[in-house]
Amino acid sequence: MRHPNSLRTGPDPKGHFGAYGGRFVAETLMPNVIALEKAYEDAKGDPAFQAELNGMLEHYVGRESPLYFAERLTNHLGGAKVYLKREDLNHTGAHKINNCLGQVLLARRMGKTRIIAETGAGQHGVATATVAARYGLPCVVYMGEVDIERQKPNVFRMRLLGAEVRSVVSGSKTLKDAMNEALRDWVTNPYDTFYIIGSAAGPHPYPAMVRDFQCVIGNETRAQMKAMESRLPDLVVACVGGGSNAIGMFHPFLDDTDVEIHGVEAAGYGTDTERHAATLTKGTPGVLHGARSYLLQDRDGQILEAHSISAGLDYPGVGPEHSWLKDSGRVKYFSATDKQALEAFVLLSKLEGIIPALESAHAIAHVMRVAPTMGKGQSIAVCLSGRGDKDVFSAAAALGEKI
Amino acid sequence: MSRIAATFAELKKENRAAFVPFVTGGDPDFETSLEILSKLPAAGADVIELGIPFSDPMADGPINQASYLRALAAGMTLPKLVEMVRKFRKADAKTPVVLMGAFNPIHAYGTARFMKDAAEAGVDGVLIVDVPAEEDEVLRAPAKAHGIDVVRFLAPTTDAVRLPVVLDGATGYLYYASIAGITGTKSFAEHEVKAALARIHASTRLPVVVGFGIRTPEQARGIARFADGAVVGSAIVAKIESHALKGTKRAEMVTDVVDFCAALAESVHAARSRTVI
Repeated sequence: MRHPNSLRTGPDPKGHFGAYGGRFVAETLMPNVIALEKAYEDAKGDPAFQAELNGMLEHYVGRESPLYFAERLTNHLGGAKVYLKREDLNHTGAHKINNCLGQVLLARRMGKTRIIAETGAGQHGVATATVAARYGLPCVVYMGEVDIERQKPNVFRMRLLGAEVRSVVSGSKTLKDAMNEALRDWVTNPYDTFYIIGSAAGPHPYPAMVRDFQCVIGNETRAQMKAMESRLPDLVVACVGGGSNAIGMFHPFLDDTDVEIHGVEAAGYGTDTERHAATLTKGTPGVLHGARSYLLQDRDGQILEAHSISAGLDYPGVGPEHSWLKDSGRVKYFSATDKQALEAFVLLSKLEGIIPALESAHAIAHVMRVAPTMGKGQSIAVCLSGRGDKDVFSAAAALGEKI
Repeated sequence: MSRIAATFAELKKENRAAFVPFVTGGDPDFETSLEILSKLPAAGADVIELGIPFSDPMADGPINQASYLRALAAGMTLPKLVEMVRKFRKADAKTPVVLMGAFNPIHAYGTARFMKDAAEAGVDGVLIVDVPAEEDEVLRAPAKAHGIDVVRFLAPTTDAVRLPVVLDGATGYLYYASIAGITGTKSFAEHEVKAALARIHASTRLPVVVGFGIRTPEQARGIARFADGAVVGSAIVAKIESHALKGTKRAEMVTDVVDFCAALAESVHAARSRTVI
């Protein structure tokens, strides 16, 4: 039950989380965004919709995903017990499908006949192409030219699934530009097209809706920790790009005041350089992609190019609820560099036989720092948001190996 | 009376539509852009929409996107754009100037401080594409304090339920986007735009200008028969682009761009005086 002081009641009816969020889109899209909000509210209260979603999450995605005690990593770090929430074991290899499934069911409910999406690492693109294939809907995925180059396996997967991958050559040719292009497509095709946004970002109701679809991560983790440890974790950790796996992991714990929560951003070459993606750590509030939130921008409000070894974190914005949680102090945000993420990528592979996505490796890198400072009786639940198969080429290149 | 209200009142008396050219402030560079801007009133511009360069414009097609990047590469900023209007105003006290673009540069400037500086420089309105009626109180309160109009958008998707929401509190004029889409791409069907304008005119006394997709003097003439103004943007910006790419000398570029605007203005202004065939 929600109590009056709950941190879980946002956003307000206009889609604001405190000073953040909102609906900063062209007038052309406002009727769409409002229709989507109504359709989502309606679906949320419809047991048939929830039953269909839960059935697909169980039989198609393979939920619930395990909470795995990483024994060798725990012993290696010599502190708190580390539990991994295995979103990497989901169908398509990441948490992204939890949200795509919810949104494609909503698209069908609204009678939309065409799906579009943006993608960075390609995980959201693959998940969208997957659900579009499953429901027989044509699908266009916008992807930056730079990301197409570093995520070739996912580009092939999307095409195999029947999606059209459109290369985006504007701006930095990465995730933010793919999102610009997807929004331009939507504004051009407002009647038949459903835009499946992959992160807890964009105009209201997306941040709340994506969060709700991803909350299955935190809800399961909470129950699983109680079953395995008979209590809640002392610390919950997730990586933050746009922040969908993180908000899904964090949200169910927000009112558990004894649980500390850490988000981990991509520091690229370091937050003291210009080449990072640590939006909450180094950014300032602004308006981009439909919402007010922290942004990486210059003094004149021009958006800066982000950098991370991980394409999924290479984004100069962040979901508005994270901005609100940062200001409120409930969640603390840290960062990990490319180098630290690579070390975590290698360490988890060697110690646990689990190759994490480079995105998730940022969260592991933070655990490597904090677990040794915690007591052996304490525990950490970290969201392993995706698997690393897609990253083997770029990781090999970064590690100086040819494959 | 504001410059915008006075201009549309005068046009109404003369039974003419407004010719509203759009150019990006600082494209291809500050001096050239100021020179084009300064010559637009004599070429027949009734209202000028001046684009605020932005790195990530969501509502623009490739032509305007490229113009923002050219201006930014040449060092354009929002403070410099305000300065450009101040310089323009030294020679022109009459022609309304409306700044058009994305919200973030204004947000970064500080919305209240921006409205004050812009009003002092001689800006008459702002048209912020990613701030719909539901969110524009953040603009309207400080704008009103300094006599600046916040022009609102209407689109083909703005249905009968939504129209009153957009009209409630609107000032200055209204901007009807003739197509659902981004600037400078698709073309409109004139009869659809005409029907939409009839609906809008029946609900408001504010002037309604039409933009997005008007490229030629012929199209501008067609729109000007029933709209209160015709906005031409990407077609003008494309001229600037072709000269910038060729490296044409400034004087030649300015003349060609201004001549094109004069042809457009003539079509718009003559639209209602000729016999409709």
